[in-house]
Amino acid sequence: MAAELSGAPLRISRPVRRGRSATTEAPAVRVALVGLVFVFLGFFLMLPLVAVFVEALRGGISAYLAAIVEPDALAAIRLTLIVAAIAVPANMVFGVAAAWAVAKFEFKGKSLLVTLIDLPFSVSPVISGLVYVLLFGAQGFFGPFLDAHGVEIIFAVPGIVLATIFVTFPFVARELIPLMQEQGSGDEEAALSLGASGFTTFLLVTLPNVKWALLYGVLLCNARAMGEFGAVSVVSGHIRGLTNTMPLHVEILYNEYSFAAAFAVASLLALLALFTLALKTFLEWRFAGAIAAERAH
Amino acid sequence: MRRMRRSLAAGLAALWAMVAPAVADTTLLNVSYDPTRELYEAFNAAFAAHFKTETGETVTVRMSHGGSGKQARAVIDGLKADVVTLALEADIDAIAEATGKIPANWRDRLPNHSAPYTSTIVFLVRKGNPQGIHDWPDLVKEGVEVITPNPKTSGGARWSYLAAWAYASEAFHGDEEAMRGFMGELFRHVPVLDTGARGATTTFVRRGIGDVLITWENEAFLALKELGPDKFEIVAPSISIKAEPPIALVDGNVDKAGTRQAAEAYLAYLYSPEGQRLVAKNFYRPAEPAFADNADMARFPHLKLVTIDDPLFGGWKKAQPAHFGNGGVFDQIYQPAR
Repeated sequence: MAAELSGAPLRISRPVRRGRSATTEAPAVRVALVGLVFVFLGFFLMLPLVAVFVEALRGGISAYLAAIVEPDALAAIRLTLIVAAIAVPANMVFGVAAAWAVAKFEFKGKSLLVTLIDLPFSVSPVISGLVYVLLFGAQGFFGPFLDAHGVEIIFAVPGIVLATIFVTFPFVARELIPLMQEQGSGDEEAALSLGASGFTTFLLVTLPNVKWALLYGVLLCNARAMGEFGAVSVVSGHIRGLTNTMPLHVEILYNEYSFAAAFAVASLLALLALFTLALKTFLEWRFAGAIAAERAH
Repeated sequence: MRRMRRSLAAGLAALWAMVAPAVADTTLLNVSYDPTRELYEAFNAAFAAHFKTETGETVTVRMSHGGSGKQARAVIDGLKADVVTLALEADIDAIAEATGKIPANWRDRLPNHSAPYTSTIVFLVRKGNPQGIHDWPDLVKEGVEVITPNPKTSGGARWSYLAAWAYASEAFHGDEEAMRGFMGELFRHVPVLDTGARGATTTFVRRGIGDVLITWENEAFLALKELGPDKFEIVAPSISIKAEPPIALVDGNVDKAGTRQAAEAYLAYLYSPEGQRLVAKNFYRPAEPAFADNADMARFPHLKLVTIDDPLFGGWKKAQPAHFGNGGVFDQIYQPAR
């Protein structure tokens, strides 16, 4: 999706024509439409974002820092980073594998696989969490077995990682599949006919062709992994300093009347999101040529 | 390649150091309900110091807070609570029945029916009491908006509901028809039913909705302390209910984790002079008022309190299905406000 926004399509509007063409609206209409979009964005995106930072800094910069270095907050930040560090690479590997299989090969049940990949998008995160409780909870299918062997999944880090992987499942694959399908398998066939092994072809031909789309997928996946609330809330058990991620910690602080601290941690999450966005924009700008080439490939 | 491997190993070691929690001699998990956050924050620190001097061992108490019913469900689903400190007897009963990790007679194992502190239901109104709210009948005056959470989901709201029922019983001399009429009228004045006590407090104090909040006494005091005595005031009605939030050891979990000694000491310490003092300091009514600071006790208003075991209710086992079960009195009298 992100790749479509960049490069080539923007250039179509380049040729400047004098007078009104059939595809151009009157200037007043254009100004009105663009203005409307900005007002809408300002109201629904910028205003809440600004509000987060204003609220966070209401108690002054020292209160802001105190809220962030508080042990439970640090534990929440640490847990969020750990979960993302496990979930994102796992979904990267899965996403590439799935996209490769879907785009380059024909097999029975392919459309079923594509539908399954989208499942986490269509299921409410709360359900995703409950499913793991049903599977691994003390009263669940594997509960007694896990309990007998001293394995903790639900209300511990593994459960949070599992739930996060589930909700962020489709991001990388969704990003890669359309691009890889569009590119076709011509390059791979050429490489194979020149004697390259399957793995070498994948590593030296397929991967470089999709590296930008992969990066976008990973960035989006990471943003969601760090921000997930619903599914994680169900499997977390809310043990302070142990199984609370940043979004859960924000809710706790808010409920404890620590509004400034809640917004301080929330602002960190917002900063992570802004950083992700900035990184993406920077990469698009810096490597615009390479990205366009990938699309046109 | 070797350098890469070494840095990878270092990275993994760093990651492990982050994952592995700080190792304490003993770690206890107290699974509690929403409004006790501030109480247990203070109490846990005091207990850790006490345990250290008594036994020389370091104990860390971790907390989990949430709606009482939700927390009980989590323990049933395997949350490894060493002790539970919930809002309702029924929630601990549910754990005992579903898991067998708590014996059925748990209520008799600790003093005062396993309730080291009690609380009651009071009103929180905006400063100056512009609507002139002094007792239950004032809540159904024309134009008064009442905030209380949903009795179906909130333990605190059930106590609030029963307190109102106790008033109605007294006012209408047990005329059931009139009592139901009053309750229906009361809930017609409720514009939103939040799911939990803390959510209702936030609706009232932060979003500025409603003229009066019916809530836990401790919750009202805390809102006053955290958000400013210049904005709200507490009103004690003529009659209310004595809420007894119970505590219990989760035998099944402590025996498996080997934490029985520390967990038992933890619960016993709640009944100690220091524990009772902290209870009162955090706006709960201590089981042993003699141990509390006089200044703390002086804050509690005197009001007539009925208990859940009063013949009017006949205990939770009877009151729960009669009032809050599907098709119970609450379902009959409640129609969402229009």
